[in-house]
Amino acid sequence: MKHEWIETHTSHFLILTLLVISIGGLVEIVPLFLIKNTVETVAGVRPYTPLELLGSNIYQREGCYLCHSQMIRPLQEEWLRYGHYSLAAESQFDHPFLWGARRIGPDLARVGGKYSNTWHIQHITAPRSLVSRSRMPNYLWLKDRPLQYSDIEAHLRALVRAGVPYSENQEQYDKNVALFGKDVANRLVISRARENLLAQVAGNADGNVVSPTEMDALVAYLQILGTLVDFKKYDEGYFARFR
Amino acid sequence: MVPTEALAYRAASQPERYNYAIVRGFTVMALVWGVSAMVVGIYLAAELIWPILNLDLPGLTFGRLRPVHTTLAIFGFCGSLLFAASYYVAQRTCQERLAGTLLPLVTFWGWQAFVLLGVVSELLGYTQARKYAEFEWPLDVLVVMVWLAYLWVYTATLYRRSQPPLYVANWFFLACLLGMALLYVLENLVVPVDVLGMKSYSEFAGVQSAMVQWWYGHNVITFLLNMAFLGMMYYFLPKQVGRPLYSYRLSIIHFWSLVFLSVWAAPNHLNWTALPDWTVTLGVTFSVMLVLPSFAGVINGLMTISGAWHTLRTDPVLRFFVAALLFYGWVTLEGVTMSFQTINALSHCTDWTVGHAHFATLGWVSMMSFGVIYHLVPRLWDTKLYSVRLVALHFWVALFSVVLLAAALEIAGIGQALRLRTTDEYGNLVYSFMETDAFLTVPYLLRGLGGSLFLVGALVMVYNLVITVVRAQRKRAATEARIAAKLAVKGLRPREG
Repeated sequence: MKHEWIETHTSHFLILTLLVISIGGLVEIVPLFLIKNTVETVAGVRPYTPLELLGSNIYQREGCYLCHSQMIRPLQEEWLRYGHYSLAAESQFDHPFLWGARRIGPDLARVGGKYSNTWHIQHITAPRSLVSRSRMPNYLWLKDRPLQYSDIEAHLRALVRAGVPYSENQEQYDKNVALFGKDVANRLVISRARENLLAQVAGNADGNVVSPTEMDALVAYLQILGTLVDFKKYDEGYFARFR
Repeated sequence: MVPTEALAYRAASQPERYNYAIVRGFTVMALVWGVSAMVVGIYLAAELIWPILNLDLPGLTFGRLRPVHTTLAIFGFCGSLLFAASYYVAQRTCQERLAGTLLPLVTFWGWQAFVLLGVVSELLGYTQARKYAEFEWPLDVLVVMVWLAYLWVYTATLYRRSQPPLYVANWFFLACLLGMALLYVLENLVVPVDVLGMKSYSEFAGVQSAMVQWWYGHNVITFLLNMAFLGMMYYFLPKQVGRPLYSYRLSIIHFWSLVFLSVWAAPNHLNWTALPDWTVTLGVTFSVMLVLPSFAGVINGLMTISGAWHTLRTDPVLRFFVAALLFYGWVTLEGVTMSFQTINALSHCTDWTVGHAHFATLGWVSMMSFGVIYHLVPRLWDTKLYSVRLVALHFWVALFSVVLLAAALEIAGIGQALRLRTTDEYGNLVYSFMETDAFLTVPYLLRGLGGSLFLVGALVMVYNLVITVVRAQRKRAATEARIAAKLAVKGLRPREG
């Protein structure tokens, strides 16, 4: 076939180019949805509670992911600094992923539980009061701004459509009980989203809750990061099988 | 006797054969967005040095402003220049006027509205949290419609041509058009929370979402920053040097291998992550192969100048093209190097990546853009450049500042990365995170200096072009007045324009 056949007919050119462009994406993306081993089988990972979900949204809104990664790589120095390398399973409910690509600040994939809530609030409000040469902006307004959660059910329903198992009816609830246990399943019920949210805020603030702020949500989100998988339950070779 | 001036006047008062008005509009907007992108970039660099510059205002924090910088640079600057160049090249190579009267204007105003609304929504905190795809779904709807209008205008113009072969530059523009359409739609599949609200959730999660994102992110660069600008290279470089393209056969190899291979290199951005090894290995393999088409392009461009290298001494505009091609070659080699697992373990998540990106965007894309703009403006306003010496000054300032800025970033990245992995004799980490960060102080100042100089160069260009256009318009007005006076003496009236 001569190249003339392609370049003298705009339509031939358009169709052929589109085909050639598509191949790479098809081969590299489609199998990720089909191969079961892509996401590790591991206990503990669950969808975010309503409060954590809104916290993740604030994390995205403020562009935190631009300076903080959430992806610990399987390298010795990262093991020492941050902990066990990140599993694909740990971000399986993140729509979208927040792995990041730049560490102007440290990785946050396992920041959960490392610092107290009070430390986080102080650090987010005025980073340089704790880390003198930090390059992070002061997020002064988060602890004063009331959390918008009146449409939380709509958020959860949108995520259900994207494949996250929040439960709308008894059947879905029972499924969640089987998957995550009763405690977690109760926190994933859409109709109970608001009371769950308020209860979690009250729990984190030792009962001193006035009205939930954006800071409450953000800190609740940070405190869950990387804490869901109990790595003691799995021997060293287990996760390597999925790579 | 019909004076030649009168003939020229009559020709000038005919409706333009080509639709240059739209090209002029996009060229001006490319300059406006380009300078804005640089200003925001310098401000961001300063924020990292002096965090007080965040001013405790949500819209000015680094996290909100960084997407504004990339939006202005990629969609504002590169996007507008792509429209300008492709509309110009399509008309010149097909020797036909741009198709449609209303639709080209729709693409102009639609695109400008998209960039402006995109920036405003990012400042307000509306984001999909995915690089180069931050725009929430209502803006996605707008941009897809504008892009379809663009596709129609562009291909309809190509269909009007009388010469059957399609000139090489148009292949690259077409690939960019198709590639971006495909990428953008798949990347932005989302579930809106409320049809009356902005917020949405990505259809994909975790590892699949990561792969779709970097398939998009990598290929926005492939199509919008490589394909589109290679299209410009294939038209404007031979025109500027006044010689035919070196090899038609090489351009076929260049085009098809680049279109095919580039797409596969996306998983490089996810080296050492939770993406399965097979996908990463494919990505690395294909990025090694990418050296071939890239250098086919570099060779094809540089060899076109062969035999006319002496023009570099007198024509500083040509220097921009040559420097751009050399940066293109360099960026490809560096990109391949960074995709290797051992190197990537060091470079990933550091300023090395940012340096690499600026070698590409300032060295390759901007140098090419400046060459194209210096070539276009005198032709669009039918005049000569005000000052060639200012072009030469701009060239040297730009060249120096790109290297300063990008090299400072790469040194910053490598230096910090080496500290991050330093362990003592017992295998413990030597530096805390903030101690590795201390390495960045000097490189960050140099980066800011490099960026500022690059802006100064661009402002020299803007000054030169503004004077060029103003003088052209004054001269034209004076000529018209003189002719009108002469015709009036003879009792004639000038034709209505």
